[in-house]
Amino acid sequence: MKVKEYHAARWKEPIIHELGRKGERGFIPPKTEDKIKKRVGDAGNLVPERMKRKKKPELPEISQAHVLRHYLRLSQMTMGMELDIDLGVGTCTMKYSPKVNEDFVNLTANMHPLQPEETMQGLLELVYEFGDVFLREISGFDAFSFQPPGGSAGAYNNALIMRKYHQINGEPERDEVITTIFSHPCDAACPATAGYKVLTLYPNPETGLPDTEALKEAVGPKTAGCFITNPEDTGIFNKNIDEWTGIIHDAGGLCSYDQANANAIMGVTRAKEAGFDMCFFNLHKTFSSPHGSSGPGSAAVGVTKELEEYLPVPVIVKKDGFYSLDFDRPYSVGRVRDFMGNLPVVIRSYAWSMAMGGRGLREAAEISMINNQYLVDKVKKIKGVTLPFGGRRLDQARWSLEQMKLDTGVGIDDVNRRVIDYGIQKFFTSHHPWLVPEPFTPEPCETYSKADIDYWVSVLEKVCEEAYSDPELVKSAPHRSSNHKTKGNPFNDPERWAMSWRAYKRKRGKK
Amino acid sequence: MKDKDFTHPYIPNSVPEIKAEMLRMIGAPDADALYREMIPERLLLKKPMDLPEAITSELDLRRHVEEILAKNKTTDDYISFLGAGCWNHYVPKVCEVIANRSEFLTAYAGGPHSDLGRYQANFEFQSLICELLGMEVSGIPTYDWGAAAGNSIRMASRLTGRNEVIMPRNMSPARLSILRNFCDSASGIGRIEIKLVDYDRETGMVNLGELESKITEQTAAVYFENPNYLGVIEVDGKPISEIAHDHGAESVCGVDPISLGVLAPPSDYGVDIACGEAQPLGIHMYAGGGSCGFIASRDDERYVAEYPLRLVCVTENKEDDEYAFGLTRHDRTSYMARENAKDWVGTTTALWGITAGVYMSLMGPEGMREVGETILQKSHYTAEVIEEIPGVEVPFGSFFKEFPVKFNKPVKEINEDLLGYKIFGGKDLTAEYPELDESALYCVTEMHNLTQIETLVDALKEVLA
Repeated sequence: MKVKEYHAARWKEPIIHELGRKGERGFIPPKTEDKIKKRVGDAGNLVPERMKRKKKPELPEISQAHVLRHYLRLSQMTMGMELDIDLGVGTCTMKYSPKVNEDFVNLTANMHPLQPEETMQGLLELVYEFGDVFLREISGFDAFSFQPPGGSAGAYNNALIMRKYHQINGEPERDEVITTIFSHPCDAACPATAGYKVLTLYPNPETGLPDTEALKEAVGPKTAGCFITNPEDTGIFNKNIDEWTGIIHDAGGLCSYDQANANAIMGVTRAKEAGFDMCFFNLHKTFSSPHGSSGPGSAAVGVTKELEEYLPVPVIVKKDGFYSLDFDRPYSVGRVRDFMGNLPVVIRSYAWSMAMGGRGLREAAEISMINNQYLVDKVKKIKGVTLPFGGRRLDQARWSLEQMKLDTGVGIDDVNRRVIDYGIQKFFTSHHPWLVPEPFTPEPCETYSKADIDYWVSVLEKVCEEAYSDPELVKSAPHRSSNHKTKGNPFNDPERWAMSWRAYKRKRGKK
Repeated sequence: MKDKDFTHPYIPNSVPEIKAEMLRMIGAPDADALYREMIPERLLLKKPMDLPEAITSELDLRRHVEEILAKNKTTDDYISFLGAGCWNHYVPKVCEVIANRSEFLTAYAGGPHSDLGRYQANFEFQSLICELLGMEVSGIPTYDWGAAAGNSIRMASRLTGRNEVIMPRNMSPARLSILRNFCDSASGIGRIEIKLVDYDRETGMVNLGELESKITEQTAAVYFENPNYLGVIEVDGKPISEIAHDHGAESVCGVDPISLGVLAPPSDYGVDIACGEAQPLGIHMYAGGGSCGFIASRDDERYVAEYPLRLVCVTENKEDDEYAFGLTRHDRTSYMARENAKDWVGTTTALWGITAGVYMSLMGPEGMREVGETILQKSHYTAEVIEEIPGVEVPFGSFFKEFPVKFNKPVKEINEDLLGYKIFGGKDLTAEYPELDESALYCVTEMHNLTQIETLVDALKEVLA
């Protein structure tokens, strides 16, 4: 397929603080009525002297149209999923977020989370039923929480449940958790934040998965549980997963399933039968809510009956057709987030799931998996690209450009700057450490057509050809993006880094 | 279910001919055969999921979802005096437009070239919130105020190598619950002991004497809020920070940024790490889904090293006359360091950060001052006229936006009665603050007009009569 010479918007847009002129106004807030002013007087008298703001904040002063223009230009210089073939961003399930769902979310824009339950019945019903109808069937679990406001927050929530469970059961000395290196880093970092020591299992170079023997050696009387992604970030499904959960259980631990990569297994295989005690689904991935430039997202946590009493409060319960918020749960971990979580995300997931139905969910899984097989067969043929570890991959695959880097000096960072010249988003590489050298991880979920996959592979093929024929062209990329390859690297230099305009001005000696 | 005619508008390759063609090219008879190669038979579901039929017509879907959501009431239907961590402020239309731009709404993990605009918008949020706070470093925001405070306190603990934090009783109990989780540790390593310091019953402010008596050489941080959960302006910010510093502890303060056009920034009273909730800055409430927590500090390498957040850094490509962006000390984050990271970072609330940036750009210094003044005047007016009702007391005099109202009748009954007037009364404080008797936390913002305030007062007079 012929690749297109795309050119991104290049506005050379100033920083917002450089725009406007003193006195310009972008917005006038509502004014105080005269009757109120007359009674309470000047607002200055209502603030104790010591707490009055003496110096105005140095915010820019810009007319409304110019603020809009600035941010529209910034948006144009952002390659959102809706504008490109975003399948290179694996582990993230960049699927289509149906536009109609935004209308549903907006119906709750002006709802307050502390409104009386009888004024929130629609919202509570929809959230409850999403868990009770859809997630119950998809996971096999019994009870759900929508309070964790992102995927990692879901892993953290489950670490808190694990901690509380062992405290309540008189085994607080269990302070080790086990994860695998190809599980998402949150499966290590979140238990660590909850105070766990983390043991990480590394893969057998043949299979790409840790050996069961390694797990057997890792468990012991200190084992609190495991946090595992399956299929792992490599797209490889651990066929012994039920044996693994059995080993953890036999050691007295709990098993938490990171289901961020659930897209290709909905209706195919479930957390419950694999022996897990809890899981979480990233609703901004598998369940279509948009990624929002990195949030707000939501982790829908599912647990077995046995762990239900540990869920964060409040839990939405249903009695005689009335939905209410239950705070009276003595074993609850308390709160992981204020209020009920990011419920707009749940609304979108409910609407998407209803639009898909049982059959559509299974179809999404099958097509994602088939798309990936199709993509694998095509990418395998590209010179310089290799696929470490054997066997089929479910939803995604972790590829390596190590050979190309050895041959040409061009690695994944260069390729990632070049592919955008052909109108596709840079690829997700891998979390660290880069066990697979020069990695990339495409995930062609059900949103992408055969033609999309063909185009995407053609771009990869073209850039790899360029690496062999004209490596400098790739190394100096991007050439048609919104700006050029970054020169210098102040990002680790305290003298030059600047995380705000005021720091930038100070460090560069500007007024 | 076996019929072949299932072509879904969200799945291009669900066209049976295309699916068959792809299977043919892969060399597999069907999807099941491929699954069997990857997943053991014993773990495969044996029957289709028991789930509703697809609603593939958008009109039917709209009717279905809207019928459910129509059972809700909103603050457009009722006059709301609810706040307590989620506040009803006006959202300028331009904020909505930018938050709904396809590019920002659906971007995720692109790079600093392909997503130059996103990086710049993230950076501008950091810059603008730093102007309000008087700080120099901030990052892409986290989930909510509670998470921001939790990260800030853990930063302070690592900075000082100490394991105690002092927190005020006049903070949100829900937030305290979040912080209890952040401060506990399964292994005991890194556990931070929480000591609560009471507030002065007359002023609603932190009791300085008690703070002095509780702080020790093991205290990592003194955490306080301004305005606090009860709406009270904490006038003693400076002495609180001084007490913290005298004992080698960090001063950590949570603030409501919409107050910062009129209230002194935390940098003025010695705060080392500021945090808080950005939802008031142009983000709808979404039943609590609008939360967006920020953290900020001075530009000191020691502090930067302890942030869990992604910190977007600006630089320049001189010969191209353009800005460029990257991530500062990214090796701190859990994406790089896994269990050795500073807490964790993940998908948080970047879209709300961008939206809050739009809000601060629109408002400018004058807009922030004006909205602060309007809130002060309207909330104080409401408190004054409510207090004229017999049997009603407003215990604290110095507040911004929120204030407890003490009644001579159960709040539960009052709030139920107010619903009949299409009013959401203030948050019931009786369980959280029993010492305030039958009190409710009222919130008045620039959204309330005189008529709405008068409607409340008239309703309360009738309800309390």
